[in-house]
Amino acid sequence: MARAVGRNVRRKDGDAKVSGAAKYIDDLTFPGMIFGSTIRSTIPRGAIRARHIELPADFVVADYRDIPGPNYVALIDPDQPCLAVGEIRHVAEPIVLVGHADKHALIDINTRVRFDFQPLEPNYDPEASDVCFKRIAIDKGDLERGFADADVIIEGEYRTSHQEQLYVETNGVIAVPSEGAMTVYGSLQCPYYVHKALVVLLNLPPERVRVVQTETGGGFGGKEEYPSMLACHAAILARKAQRPVKMIYDRVEDLLATTKRHPSIVRHRTGVTKSGTITAMDVDVVMDGGAYATLSAVVLSRGVIHAAGPYRCDHVRIRGRAMMTHTPPNGAFRGFGAPQTQFGVEVHLDRIADQLGIDPVKLRAINALRPGDTTATGQKLGKDASALPVLRAAVKRSQFARKRRQWQGTNRGIGLSLFFHGSGFTGGGEVKLASKASLELTATGARILVASTEIGQGTRTMHAQIVADALGVPYDAIEVHEADTAFVPDSGPTVASRTCMIVGKLLERCARDMRTRLGRMTPAQYFRKHGSFTVTSQYEPPPGLRWSDDTYAGDAYGSYAWGCNVVELEVDPVTFEVTPLNVTAVAEIGKAIHPMMAVGQIEGGTAQGVGWALIEDVVMRDGRMANAQLTNYIIPTPMDAPRMEVGIVERPYRHGPFGAKGVGEMPIDGPAPAVINALRHCGFDLRALPATPERLLAEGRRLRTAGGR
Amino acid sequence: MMRIKINGKVRRVDAHPMKRLLDVLREDCGLTGTKEGCGEGECGACTVLLDGVPVDSCIVPAAHAEGREVVTIEGAAALRTGPALQDAFVAHGGAQCGICTPGMIMAATPLRTGDSLDEIKTAIAGNLCRCTGYPAIFRSIQSALKRRKGRRGIRA
Repeated sequence: MARAVGRNVRRKDGDAKVSGAAKYIDDLTFPGMIFGSTIRSTIPRGAIRARHIELPADFVVADYRDIPGPNYVALIDPDQPCLAVGEIRHVAEPIVLVGHADKHALIDINTRVRFDFQPLEPNYDPEASDVCFKRIAIDKGDLERGFADADVIIEGEYRTSHQEQLYVETNGVIAVPSEGAMTVYGSLQCPYYVHKALVVLLNLPPERVRVVQTETGGGFGGKEEYPSMLACHAAILARKAQRPVKMIYDRVEDLLATTKRHPSIVRHRTGVTKSGTITAMDVDVVMDGGAYATLSAVVLSRGVIHAAGPYRCDHVRIRGRAMMTHTPPNGAFRGFGAPQTQFGVEVHLDRIADQLGIDPVKLRAINALRPGDTTATGQKLGKDASALPVLRAAVKRSQFARKRRQWQGTNRGIGLSLFFHGSGFTGGGEVKLASKASLELTATGARILVASTEIGQGTRTMHAQIVADALGVPYDAIEVHEADTAFVPDSGPTVASRTCMIVGKLLERCARDMRTRLGRMTPAQYFRKHGSFTVTSQYEPPPGLRWSDDTYAGDAYGSYAWGCNVVELEVDPVTFEVTPLNVTAVAEIGKAIHPMMAVGQIEGGTAQGVGWALIEDVVMRDGRMANAQLTNYIIPTPMDAPRMEVGIVERPYRHGPFGAKGVGEMPIDGPAPAVINALRHCGFDLRALPATPERLLAEGRRLRTAGGR
Repeated sequence: MMRIKINGKVRRVDAHPMKRLLDVLREDCGLTGTKEGCGEGECGACTVLLDGVPVDSCIVPAAHAEGREVVTIEGAAALRTGPALQDAFVAHGGAQCGICTPGMIMAATPLRTGDSLDEIKTAIAGNLCRCTGYPAIFRSIQSALKRRKGRRGIRA
């Protein structure tokens, strides 16, 4: 029997998606269903002084007084109200919900429900904020000694801006009430996050709340925490109306109200010897959390852990803080803080290379983490540490050295970035989650029961491949249950590049346990004789994994994936428009369970990263996204996509399923710094994103000499 | 009452003439395979064929389709290029989350064997995908266009 792992088997959800049969949330309808709309604040900060709501009796109206439990969206800190009471902290903060059987009756609802606001002075500068959501300190070695060993000390400040996830399906849910219970269907990544938020808000026992993920049209982190808010809104309205309520955001509302990537300011002070050895790294990270804490603490955590990049250095100090500002909360987005901090360190490294007169590849090769080296948190890396192999492969494949030489002084540039990405929850996160996965014997094979969601990345297919091989049955004999909290155990959220490495491993263990119990029988034989049974597996940390939340030291992740990007581009000398010509993306991911889908993750993440670097510009004006439309928030189109050459390197991680690590997030860590470094090769000294023609013109002072200074 | 031929069958549609064709298809005809991504003709998720030409059904009023022929993803299998494209989008990774896929496939259906990569890009230039970064979509379409008649393929 052909093995499934490592082969491009046909994806489980493919045929339904190409025929139009797949049901997304807006494709569903329930008897008696009405539509819900959200009335929001129009000011960034202040107080609600009066509410003017006079609507005919056929409208259902709900506000904070209709919430049976405590009025917050349960996630980490209980600081974010589900519906504003008096205080307003950002534009588009939800205040009142209105429902109606005819969705067209809601089109002008914003003009029919009004508020009197008492405005207060807002603050949009995270460094001027007096509210800190989270501070983190990482210390390794003796920083002063490291600087004493340096010949040169190089400083720099690097800034990144908001980015919108821009899943093509907007956020949407349907809440269906019944006697003392609530079911919510929706486009979402984390069924049990939504479940927890509903249990708290509705003050219901857990078994009276059910969350069902419908086919989800992209997430990228944008459907990690926000669906909890939206599900709470729909549930409040459904409870009041005693009818199912559908709430689907239009694109404008989705852009105005939902989370974006945290803007960041990263400052580096780095000691190096003349020959290019890094002796000390002092890094300061500031993240703009927006108005409520949401996930900022953990975004900051992943950000600071990756802030020193994939480099060995004995003396490191990293300080990070996530600050409150008066914009809608920023949240999860593929990469989760690591793209911001690795942008800083990778652009900084090219500036160091320029100052020392050393080739950027050589500088990285000197300092890259090797097996046995320790990271900034003191984690000793295993044999699968692959910074050097990916660097060498990408440089060779792209003919970096030749192009770097030949294009010097032209309007063509080539630049690179080296990066890594921890798989799974940070630090003790996986232990706290204690995720479960189950496998149920069927008449023909087995059925996977996990809360991990299919959001396009191929969860169902990849999990089925792992189970098929571990159980020793054909891929087609494995079914995958939909992510429905009434049936599947809590496998944790579908985030953090953990769905393959962590949940996949749990399933592999389930399958091996099931195989043991089957003995010499096939699943069909056993089923006929004894009927079905279910095997459940719960997360246990690999032996020897240590972590301290107090000192932020130890094994931050079970394993890391490694990547190197080389970007080739051309700058129009008249318009300053940048055309990305080619991206070479080499990724070391342990084992590609489904090589084609792994390449799909790398290409997709790379394009998203190039978009962030060059064209995706969230314009914030008075705390409000001024370009909240696809007409002027631009993402890469088929015409903009650069040619991409993907190389996959496999160095198995001992505790991953068939050696696999995470792949989903890492591809977005590298493109932006590689683009900026390629622009540097063209003579532009940029330290901020996005590199729009306007920014190139305004800030991109031409470097004086070839090679820069 | 409007008469619109949809996926080969003439339907009588009792809707406001300015109702979006997208809503007529999804709400009045139950054809939910056509998706909405932006509502302003920017993303192409709602692409259908109107008399054989791809249009964004979110900015086409229903009256505009009166007496004409509409083909949606549910009718793609009957098109010359439909089955090969549908199969190739699964086989070559062109479909990930799938929300852009119906529109993407409909936009690609007028392509012919021998069309270049530039022609492929132009055909789907108005269709956004956030998952793939597009190369897998190009490979899917190229593969579908390469097939010969008799292998569920496309005749030039």
